[in-house]
Order: sequence, then structure tokens, then C-alpha cells
Amino acid sequence: MDWHQLWEITSAPDNIPIVALLFLVPFYAWYGLRQALENDRLVAQLEKDPAMAKTHHRKTQPWKPGWSREVHVWPYLMRIEFLAALIVTFILMVWSITLNAPLEEPANPNLTMNPAKAPWYFLGLQEMLVYFDPWIAGVLMPTLIIIGLMVIPYIDTNPLGNGYYTFRQRPIAILSFCFGFLGLWVLMIIIGTFIRGPGWMWFWPGQTWDHNRLVFEVNRDLHEIWPFSAVIPQTSWLAKGLFGGAVVALYYLLAGLAVHKVFVLNEFTRKIYRRMGLVQYLTVQFFFVTMLGLPVKMLLRLLFRIKYVWVTPWFNI
Amino acid sequence: MAEKNNAKPNNKRGLTALLEQAQEKSKALKEKVIEEAKALKEPEKTQLFRSIFRVKHDEQPRNRALSVLTNVFFHLHPAKINRDAVRYSFTWGMGGLTFYLFLVLTFTGVLLMYYYHPTKAQAFRDILYLEHDVPFGKLLRNMHRWAAHLMIITVWLHMFRVFLTGSYKRPREFNWCIGVILMVLTLLLSFTGYLLPDDQLGFWAVTVGTNMARATPLLGHEGPFGAQLGMTPYNDVRFALLGGSIVDANALLRAYIWHCIAIPLLAAIFMGVHFWRVRKDGGISGPAPVTLESEVKEAKGPTPVIMRPSGMRE
Ligand code: HEM
Repeated sequence: MDWHQLWEITSAPDNIPIVALLFLVPFYAWYGLRQALENDRLVAQLEKDPAMAKTHHRKTQPWKPGWSREVHVWPYLMRIEFLAALIVTFILMVWSITLNAPLEEPANPNLTMNPAKAPWYFLGLQEMLVYFDPWIAGVLMPTLIIIGLMVIPYIDTNPLGNGYYTFRQRPIAILSFCFGFLGLWVLMIIIGTFIRGPGWMWFWPGQTWDHNRLVFEVNRDLHEIWPFSAVIPQTSWLAKGLFGGAVVALYYLLAGLAVHKVFVLNEFTRKIYRRMGLVQYLTVQFFFVTMLGLPVKMLLRLLFRIKYVWVTPWFNI
Repeated sequence: MAEKNNAKPNNKRGLTALLEQAQEKSKALKEKVIEEAKALKEPEKTQLFRSIFRVKHDEQPRNRALSVLTNVFFHLHPAKINRDAVRYSFTWGMGGLTFYLFLVLTFTGVLLMYYYHPTKAQAFRDILYLEHDVPFGKLLRNMHRWAAHLMIITVWLHMFRVFLTGSYKRPREFNWCIGVILMVLTLLLSFTGYLLPDDQLGFWAVTVGTNMARATPLLGHEGPFGAQLGMTPYNDVRFALLGGSIVDANALLRAYIWHCIAIPLLAAIFMGVHFWRVRKDGGISGPAPVTLESEVKEAKGPTPVIMRPSGMRE
């Protein structure tokens, strides 16, 4: 166990935000979920008791009959905003007095940094470079993430849970967002920061960064692996391209079926499904299946050492 | 002086008359001073104060509302809001903090600009100068750096909470999209700033980052179908970003202009729209009373028109 190495990584000033992220994200996930479960309990109670549902104020916040529904922004909101600004200013001051922003040697194109890491908020994409070609990891994925986020309001046809925390009323939405945000985006940043060392190689926390370590390239393409290698002419672009295209198409078909199964799982999900138009449903399918493609490709690489599934003269996937 | 001098010249003469006159005048002056000093105890009644604020600041409900509505900065807020929305537990204050950090960054950023030249010869030295010779220069640079990192975290948490509370649902779909653009702008602001110290860290991070642009499908010289479309290192999208085929003086200047002018302006405009839409979409979404599944009415026909100018209830 190389504690020094671990300390060097966690205490690097530019890594402090990620250490903060390590605490803040789970805290707020818990904080939101706790309120969601509280509301879910209330919903269950009201569903069971229609008489109560008629008169209940339907919130978990404290409530008394005489209280007005609204309060004045001045002072009840502004004092909180003022206090929050003060606290953040104080935190920033202390942070800025105790930790210095990094400054390395002057830029030198002839002296490569190893590892050359992107700024921490893009480490998720850099981590994807291990599994995908740059045009996918660096261009296609950011584009799809941005578009995917923007279409969320238009494909989520579930009218429940508008303006309050809940889990049971929208389980698919919450789980898939958490999968994307926590499981892919934040986790990849943490891996990129704490695990990846020189040569973008995998070093467990506490393992010394060995700048001379070599990993021999053992990754192969899918068509080079038996039994496919026996059937596919290894020199024919056409055969390889058709084979890879068929595999990717098969993946989209199977994963699409799996996603469909989730949507017809029970009466509740079927209701959401029925509200969707065709375009909405196809968009949901596309983004779900593509998002699931990331862990699938990662597993293929980590377990079976597969580099590309689909090889063509113009692009590889 | 309102009072006229009424000294009688035929009865008393000379020094005594003058003295008496002076006494009278000083008495009047004293009274005047006392009177005006008393008025100062109520500064809110002075012409100066009224010209600035124009409304009373007391505990009257009407005046509490007016103090928000008649102030250009405060009137981003409504006069009244949902009593549970002021609780920290609902919004986590993340949207507001993101905005506050943007203001902090603008303030510290402008101060940094007084000391920074976006040229290869001077950029790095300016940072050294800031760190070692400018009074509070190091603090200034640190604040700018850490506030930028914190802003990214608060934007993400803000998005997370908006998702968890389902606040992107009708009628707030479009504001969610504006939010996504704001998040991208925030990341780009941070990324363009990374290069400005012109040190190894920024240089290689931006090199790694923009190398990906080489691989843009169709528009990058190493991307799928790029070569077929005539892309070379000297005319592709990466060249446009860097103003050259490597990260050098032009890239520094471009990053500087994006970072200090173009993106902050865009972000400010989108923030304006974002806040305006929060209001026009009926204020903040909750905490709303929970809806039961059995109460959901199936919508028929096209999406209904929803326009609730602030203050108007459905
Ligand atoms: C520069 C970045 C941003 C700033 C300064 C900002 C600011 C704010 C503020 C002050 C509010 C009021 C409520 C609150 O504080 O939570 C708000 C609400 C909202 N924001 Fe943002 N925001 C930003 C980015 C985003 C992002 C990234 C998203 C989503 C992708 C988003 C979506 C929304 C939505 C939908 C609301 C309405 C929430 C509701 O009604 O409950 N915003 N924003």
C-alpha cells in the first residue's frame, strides 16, 4: 500500500473538487431520496384512504389550517439567499487562502505530460477513449448527451411527480437518470482521477504509479476471435463490415427488446408506454439502448479483450 | 434662511445692535440645525432616500411586496412565493448559488483581466506576477479558479435536483433545455479558461481536448469520412478552434476571447431567459401537493396552450 501515492492524488489542489464531489453527490442523492420515500409513503397512505385524500394538504412539510399558502420574498427568501451567499463566500475565501491554484512549468509542446489528463469535468469522456475511438468518445457522445438531456422533457410522458420528490411514481425515469449521472458520468470522473495513472493505465488506489510499466496490446477485434475467425475472411473489408454491422444491429435489436420488456413490465409502466407516441417511443429506445451500449462495450473489453466490434475502412466501433 | 432680518435701525446702534443681530441669527440657525438633525433620524423621509427607493420599508404587506417589485435586481423574484419553496430541502439553493458563483467569477475575472495579456510572451509571466507581486493577486487567482470548479459542481447538483423533483415536466420543458445549454456554456467557460495560464497543465489538457476535434465525423481530418471530404490538419474543425494546427499563440488569443467575452455574454443572455422563464412558467415548481395516480386525467388532442404571466393564477 503506497499511502504517499494516494495522498499525492487526493491532495492535488485540482483534485479537491472531485474529493468534494465524492461527498456532495452521495449526500444530495440521499437527501433527495429521503424526501422521495417520505412522499411515497404519503401517496400510499392517501391511495388507501380516499376520504383522507379529499381533505389532506398533500405535503410532508409541516402544515396548519390557518397558515397562508405563500410568504413574502422579502424577507423570507432573500435572507436565505443572503446567508447562502455569505457562507459560500466564506468557504471560497478559506479554500483560496489555504490551497493554491496549480501552475506548472510554462507550456512546452516538446515535453509531454504523462498522464496528460483533461480537466476533471471531462474525465468521463477521456475514460471513454479507452473503449471507443475519439470520434465516438470525443464528438458523438457529448453531442448525444446534450441532445439526450434536452429531449428528456419531451419523451417523459409520465405526468406524475411534477414538482415534488418521488421514487415510486416514476421509477424508470429516476433509475435511468441516476444510472447515467451517477453510474456513468460521476463514476468515470472518479476512475479517471483516482485510478488512471501514467499511460492511462489502471492503478488501484494505493498502488504506486510506475512510469515504466508496459501493457502488451492483447486486444483483438471481434471477427478475429474464434468461432468468427473461422467463418469470416480476415482480409475482406466487405465481409468484416457486414459482420460487424450485423452484430451491432443485433445488439440494438436485443437491447431494444429488453428495454421494451421494461416498459410492459406491469400495469404502471404499461400506462406510461401507452401515452407515448411513436416518435417518442423510438427516441426513448434509441437513447436507452445507446446508453446501455457503453457498459456493454466496457465489459466486452474488460472481460473478453475485444477492441472493435465493427471494423470498416472509414470507422471502427 | 427663511426668516428676514428685522433689526430696527433707529432704536439701537453700533456694536450692541450688531451683537444682538448676530445672537438672533445664531439662535435661528441653531434651531434650524436641530430641526434638520431630527429629520436625519428618519432618513427614509429625505428627498435623497425617496428618490432612490420611492416606497416605504415597513412591515406592511403591500410595502414588502413593493420593495421587491420596485428594485431592478430584486424584481427577478416574485413578491410572494410558495411557503415551502423557501426551505433548503426543496431546491438545495443550487440554482441561486450557481448564479452567485457566476457573479463572483465575473468580478474576480474582470480584476484578473487588468493584469493579463493573452500573448505567448507575457501570459505565463503575468500569472507569476499575479502570484508574487500583485497585492492579493494570489487570492484573486485562487478565488477565480475554485469558484469555477464549484460552479460546475453546483450546476450538476442543480440539474440533479430539477430532475428528481420532475420540474422539467409541463410547462417547464423549454426551461430545462435552456438549462442544458447553460450547463454546456459553464463547462466551456471553464475549459477555455484552463489554457490561459499558458502552463503545461493547460497546454496538455487543451491539446488532449482539441485532439478529439480531429476525429469529428465529416469535419475532422481523422474522423470518419473526413479525408474523403478533403479535410486536412490545415482546414478542419480543429484548425478553426485553435486558429492553427497546434495549440499556440492564436489558440491562446481565441481561448481568451471565448473565455472573457463571447461565452460570458452568451451565458448572461441565457441566464436572463432562464430566470424570466422560471417566472413565466408559473414560478418555481414546488414543493407541489402530491398527485395520485387515480387522479391523472388522460390528455387528448394537441398540447394545451399554457401561458401564466406572473401573478396570474390558472
Ligand atoms: C448557469 C447555470 C444555471 C443557473 C444560474 C440556473 C439558475 C436557476 C435558478 C436560480 C432557478 C430557481 C430555482 C432554483 O434555485 O433551483 C432555476 C430553476 C430551474 N432550472 Fe436552472 N440554472 C442553471 C442551469 C440549469 C440546468 C443545467 C438545468 C437543467 C438541465 C436547469 C433547469 C432548471 C429548471 C427546469 C428550473 C425550474 C425548476 C423549478 O421550477 O422547480 N437549470 N435555475
